[in-house]
Amino acid sequence: MAKLNSAAHLKKLRQLILDRDDGKRVVSVTNGTDGRTRHSEVVVQAFVSEIKKQGLAGKIIVKSTGCHGFCEQEPTALILPEEICYVGVKPEDVPEIVSQTLAKDKVIERLLYEDPVSGQRITKESEIPFYKSQNQTVLGNNRFLDMKKIDDYIALGGYSALAKALFEMTPEGVIEEVKSSGLRGRGGAGFPTGVKWGFCRNAPGQPKYVIVNCDEGDPGAYMDRSLTEGNPNSVLEGLLIGAYAIGAHEGYIYVRAEYPLAVENLKTAMKQAEEYGLLGENIIGSGFNFNVHIHRGAGAFVCGEETALIASLEGKIGEPRQRPPFPATSGLWGKPTNINNVETWATVPLIINRGARWFKSLGTQGSKGTKIFSLVGNLNNTGLVEVAMGIPLGDIVFKIGGGIPGGKEFKAVQTGGPSGGVIPRSLLDTPVDYEELTQLGSIMGSGGMIVMDEDTCLVDVARYFLNFLAGESCGRCVPCREGIYQMLKILNRICEGDGREGDIESLEEIGQTVRDFSLCALGKTAPNPVLSTIRYFRDEYEAHIKEKRCPALACKELISYYIEPDKCQACLICLRECPAQAITGGKKITHVINQSKCTKCGTCLEVCPPRFGAVTKLSGVKVPEPVRQEVAVTQK
Amino acid sequence: MSQVTLVIDDVEVKADRGMTILQAARNAGADVPTLCSHEKLAAYGACRLCTVEVIRGQQSQLVASCVCPVEDGLIVNTESEPVIRGRKMLLELLWARAPGVQALRKYGIKYGIAGVQAGTEYGVIPGISTAETKFDIEPTFCVLCGLCVRYCAEVKNRNAIGFIGRGTEREVVFFPEIAAKECPNCGEECYPLCPTGALPLHHALVKAQYSA
Repeated sequence: MAKLNSAAHLKKLRQLILDRDDGKRVVSVTNGTDGRTRHSEVVVQAFVSEIKKQGLAGKIIVKSTGCHGFCEQEPTALILPEEICYVGVKPEDVPEIVSQTLAKDKVIERLLYEDPVSGQRITKESEIPFYKSQNQTVLGNNRFLDMKKIDDYIALGGYSALAKALFEMTPEGVIEEVKSSGLRGRGGAGFPTGVKWGFCRNAPGQPKYVIVNCDEGDPGAYMDRSLTEGNPNSVLEGLLIGAYAIGAHEGYIYVRAEYPLAVENLKTAMKQAEEYGLLGENIIGSGFNFNVHIHRGAGAFVCGEETALIASLEGKIGEPRQRPPFPATSGLWGKPTNINNVETWATVPLIINRGARWFKSLGTQGSKGTKIFSLVGNLNNTGLVEVAMGIPLGDIVFKIGGGIPGGKEFKAVQTGGPSGGVIPRSLLDTPVDYEELTQLGSIMGSGGMIVMDEDTCLVDVARYFLNFLAGESCGRCVPCREGIYQMLKILNRICEGDGREGDIESLEEIGQTVRDFSLCALGKTAPNPVLSTIRYFRDEYEAHIKEKRCPALACKELISYYIEPDKCQACLICLRECPAQAITGGKKITHVINQSKCTKCGTCLEVCPPRFGAVTKLSGVKVPEPVRQEVAVTQK
Repeated sequence: MSQVTLVIDDVEVKADRGMTILQAARNAGADVPTLCSHEKLAAYGACRLCTVEVIRGQQSQLVASCVCPVEDGLIVNTESEPVIRGRKMLLELLWARAPGVQALRKYGIKYGIAGVQAGTEYGVIPGISTAETKFDIEPTFCVLCGLCVRYCAEVKNRNAIGFIGRGTEREVVFFPEIAAKECPNCGEECYPLCPTGALPLHHALVKAQYSA
């Protein structure tokens, strides 16, 4: 392939690809990291060989794509243009899909998605409730793209935004467009992207650098991974446009070590882009040069903080430093540097192509466009969701997430990852918006969203996140290093039934200092999980401290398992299953848990037949003295 | 060099552009505590004791004064209520790590932290019990100010001392292979910098290794 030398040349190439693939059917198989945990690679292979075997080669294109969003149902096979969506596809299902659906247009009922709420089978992907309320603009293209084929991206109009920027816009014009779109950083802080670019462009000093931050570290968050894996070219195109606007000729993509497929796909995309002349010298014949390097992180959460990331890139210890100076004036090797998150970069081509006005039409006053969230926890549907800003939190949880399974009650949603806060049910109508979430004591963060049901103890949740942060604090500044540690010790005590009067006040006091005095954003936001749970669930803290009771019956040290003698049918199941041999009793003799031997593993509760329901959890009350009585077995 | 005018603790002062707020405040006679700051070393901003309140227009902010340059028209309060409250907390947190050490005692008395009256001047403190401090004592006797590490790197250019570990696991170590070569020639210039007296102990352990 000759290198592209003009915008017209790129258009011609696009037409060529479109003509080549015209009229062919597509099977999109999700084959990202999430799919691969369920052998999606074998499914892709099966499609390729089965299509050949059944004589359909040349008529059907098999695409190995990144995640479409509904990860828990993967591997999924999406048949286009009909949009028939098969979920949980196994290699042995493939011959049937090929012979029935691809050859004879017959839909295979049993492979369709079954809505757990209504029990209905749904044929079209876009009609699955999980996707219905979404607005997938950035993530949406994943389903049309083979992860390793730049041609697919070009066919969708890829790199036309770059051509538009290079040939029809000045660098200042690009910055103005991004500014006017209202795009804000998707990595967490929400700083206006165009303004940041402007700072870097106007900062004295050469050369300038641009960096992609793909050091996604929040537990349970994988927006950036899925975008980088599934659509690496969109990240590259955004980066190229930004580099042109800022005046940079060199860029770095900082990918966390745990994302090997993202690295692999980025490398493929870079190689193909270079072959087409979309990367390197004289890009599309415009005279603009740009080179990019991949740098793999080494597993430190704090390296997602921009100054720590830059230190790590320079080969130093990944530790944040005080800002100012901001990277825009003194970043990588002391040069003006612009660093944005994966999602921010991937949004840029859309803004250039469709215009700031389109982007502004989505969202709220202060938060424009769409945002990808990683929706996980106690939900019927989990996965990646992309919604327009301003959608109420409750809609994400109930309309998209399908509510809480098992008839349980919703309790809280945690947004913004480990340094975000917890939002209770009463505030579920809050719109998703940077300022609104901050006001509630949480943050937008990079888009983690963890839903918790009534069985979740929020003191324990605060402890979990603080424990994570204690391990990930770099240890440089005193408030973060020592403050988080002491807060964690207090939380451990409370959860273990050793809470003292004044502990809540101590937590608030230390939390305030950690928030106000820490050096970087990790420390400044670290107390959020604690402070927000105290704010909304203070009664739970008090129950733990004063009554030594865990209202959610989750904190092991505060609960006891108890067999109600009146319900026990002396069936011997729990007695046999108890791994600690803590249950005594016998045939026709009610079973009793020896509390001093019990390890609180919960096996007895799990195995007790639901029709007896004799095992319960107690908290805050004394376990009744054992009564050993003979049972008149009533077979219900 | 051009000058800026700012208000520090209600007094209008002039300061050279490029100076830090800490320098300007100390020149103006303010008593700002520091543990990690040293004139020969680059600003580090780790102990956070020098945090002051800075008011720009309507906005009030807490900033570490050792890393924050002066600006025209700034209003700086070195001892406002949130500043004092935070400093006290930081000292209490540090006291649990390095109880009884002189540098903390000095500030501890000024800011009135629990347990500061008890104990001896230096090193291990038989007089201090947990009940007298706000937090459980887990002494390491190092406050991780990094003066030794940075002096060795920035002034001596030897890098015989460094940090290992993350978060509360962080500690100062002498790297035996470098220390064995460099430390005997340097004459232990880092010792007097240590605000806790923990450094000679760290060194002694490694010395025992490389001189054995």
